[in-house]
Amino acid sequence: MAGVRGYGGGIVGRFSDEPDEYPGVKEYHTARLNQIEGFFYTSDVLRKLADICDEHAGGLFNFHGSTGDIQILGFKQEEAEELFQKCTHLGFDLGGSGSALRTPSCCVGPARCEWATYDTLHITDNLTREFQNEMHRPTFNYKFKIKCAGCPNDCIASGARSDLSIVGVWKANIRIDQKEVAEYAKKFDIKKYVVDKCPTHCMDYTDGKLTIDDSNCVKCMHCINSMPKALRPGLEKGAQIRIGAKVPMVQDPRLGFILIPFYDVNKDKEEDYAFLKDLIQKIWDFWDEYGTNRERVGELIQRVGVGNFLEAIGLDPLPEMVEYPRANPFIKFEEYLVPDDEEEGKEG
Amino acid sequence: MPDVDKGTVRITDIGPPHYEDFLPPIIKRNYGKWLYHEILKPGVMVHVSESGEKLYTVRVGSTRIVSSDFVREISDLADKYCGGYLKFTTRNNLEFLLDKEENIEPLIKEVQALGFPVGGIDHSLGNIVHTQGWLHCHTSASYASGVVKALMDEFYDYFVSDKLPAKVRMAFACCLNMCGSVGASDIAIVGMHRRPPRVMADRVKDLCEIPSTIAACPVDAVRPKTIDGKPSVEIDEDRCVYCGNCYTVCPALPIADPLNDGVAIFIGGKVSNARTKPTFSKLVVPWLPNNPPRWPEVIEAVRTILEAYKEGARKGERVAEWIDRIGWPKFFKITGFEFTKYHIDDFRIR
Ligand code: HEM
Ligand code: SF4
Ligand code: SF4
Ligand code: SF4
Ligand code: SF4
Repeated sequence: MAGVRGYGGGIVGRFSDEPDEYPGVKEYHTARLNQIEGFFYTSDVLRKLADICDEHAGGLFNFHGSTGDIQILGFKQEEAEELFQKCTHLGFDLGGSGSALRTPSCCVGPARCEWATYDTLHITDNLTREFQNEMHRPTFNYKFKIKCAGCPNDCIASGARSDLSIVGVWKANIRIDQKEVAEYAKKFDIKKYVVDKCPTHCMDYTDGKLTIDDSNCVKCMHCINSMPKALRPGLEKGAQIRIGAKVPMVQDPRLGFILIPFYDVNKDKEEDYAFLKDLIQKIWDFWDEYGTNRERVGELIQRVGVGNFLEAIGLDPLPEMVEYPRANPFIKFEEYLVPDDEEEGKEG
Repeated sequence: MPDVDKGTVRITDIGPPHYEDFLPPIIKRNYGKWLYHEILKPGVMVHVSESGEKLYTVRVGSTRIVSSDFVREISDLADKYCGGYLKFTTRNNLEFLLDKEENIEPLIKEVQALGFPVGGIDHSLGNIVHTQGWLHCHTSASYASGVVKALMDEFYDYFVSDKLPAKVRMAFACCLNMCGSVGASDIAIVGMHRRPPRVMADRVKDLCEIPSTIAACPVDAVRPKTIDGKPSVEIDEDRCVYCGNCYTVCPALPIADPLNDGVAIFIGGKVSNARTKPTFSKLVVPWLPNNPPRWPEVIEAVRTILEAYKEGARKGERVAEWIDRIGWPKFFKITGFEFTKYHIDDFRIR
């Protein structure tokens, strides 16, 4: 076994099948260390990590694991405690592994991106601190991942792989700078490359003026990506919360669905993300009660039905949650009407 | 909650280092105030703030699995050009953040002298995200770092330039666990086993918990069986889809097999919401052999895809949009990939 006292994860034990032939890698354990949000580092802290890795492990890192952690590769169990304590003294704690909350991660957000509609670094840091126990001591049915992307470009691929994905969106009109639009018009054909590719055809470019019918904009980011100097996401910024994405194991891959079309994350920030934390707790409680071993939350929701899940966590169904309404007619109504006399007969 | 252990303080549950302590001063000053950005040349962009301050980013392809010496080398460069600050990206690139435009070229020279490419922005082939492979995972059907190195060497030019119709995100996973969620990439390469695990009957009892081994299988192919008087399991070879789940919980069911392990290629996935919805990648090549150290069959298949895409896609079209427009029959026709019964999704769990 590999690990450190008091933690149920963060270190993944690796043992060679042929220890006699390869004694050097008889044990080749790996440690997951929480990355710094946004993956920002200083040379000073990197050098100190390099020293720890040389002294106690095999001198190799992953910068970063796909979940987001830094990985220190190749150490023996007898080194684990000292390696761990040197890391925590430097300010780095272990990340999640096994049936636990995995290290949350985020895109670079407001630190270097003009499109972030909320502070992805702040929320990710806050949730990671809040859920230390859920991350370090696995008690879940299986893994649970949270990722935060600042806008629908989703540079952290949250929508394709996290059980809970938070993606920035806005409500007000896209901000247009017509002067800059004119500058882009000199460089490429705005009608062909921007307007005609808008998925809802809600843009128009006539007589050198760009207009957007924002009531039909689905916030896909295409026009903004194409002309970053001329267009900016609208104000009234918030986020969308999606649930249930995952990779193939154990059942097939899923993209998840929208749980909350507009979450006022910037207001919730002022309340220490109380709304979000409460929602997460409700999801975990439901998963804990009804989920089975190695069943991801998305698989559970599919098994018990989205409707039942929504009821359990106290949310109303919304058209945003589905691609389209059901096509198959086998509706299981929860009640049926009875004629008055039958009703009386029953009572009598 | 620090607890005192033999006179030294044992520190636990502290969470990550606080990011504010690691942001370069120019970012601290302009946090949340960025106005727009421009791509100056492949691998280099500038972000301009409301305050008028400009931040230059130089993006460098890294190998993800890096040595402590590499970490020290990039730290030296960060000291020299960036006040000691640097960052990584979600696709394992390294980014140097400069507040002086005149530092861009000298920095790029030094980065290139270390052997690392500058690029990966805009209409380029991004850095390949990948998994652990033979280096430190037991279920791998292929070698992540090996295939990725061979591919990036071969398609280096697409990383350092921006001559593709749109960005191409490539990813590699060495088994169906897909650590890193490669399944929504323009080009996803996935390690595939194609022979059911062997049962080391005499070791099952000692190494494995039989009920959880049976439960681990998504297609009910693992069944209890007494072999030579010892409780063990058998595998229904007709049902098994080579996922390796049973091996993850039971080391006495090794699945690796040099003859049968290889890779499959899936394409046309995307995660961004721009224009079209996010979607998973779809199968184009069901199996290619592992042929280390350069994996020529994989390189040729990827080259065929990239060239057909470059030739056929309109400017700004991601792989998925291009194929949506021309249709899958046309894609198979122009690439010459064989369409087989394996391409038809008839897999149902339970
Ligand atoms: C049941 C088997 C496994 C499954 C389903 C699985 C799945 C995954 C997935 C989906 C991710 C990416 C998560 C993300 O990007 O958010 C991941 C990350 C990772 N996996 Fe696995 N994996 C499995 C077994 C393994 C094994 C055996 C290893 C080898 C040691 C391994 C090593 C890793 C590492 C190092 C990461 C990055 C972790 C981090 O950044 O914290 N995985 N895994
Ligand atoms: S997801 Fe959006 S906000 Fe975040 S880095 Fe990408 S483009 Fe910027
Ligand atoms: S964000 Fe997308 S949907 Fe909205 S106007 Fe721009 S292109 Fe159209
Ligand atoms: S993708 Fe599979 S083989 Fe590769 S590291 Fe993950 S579990 Fe291991
Ligand atoms: S490899 Fe997967 S499908 Fe085959 S027996 Fe094991 S768990 Fe079942």
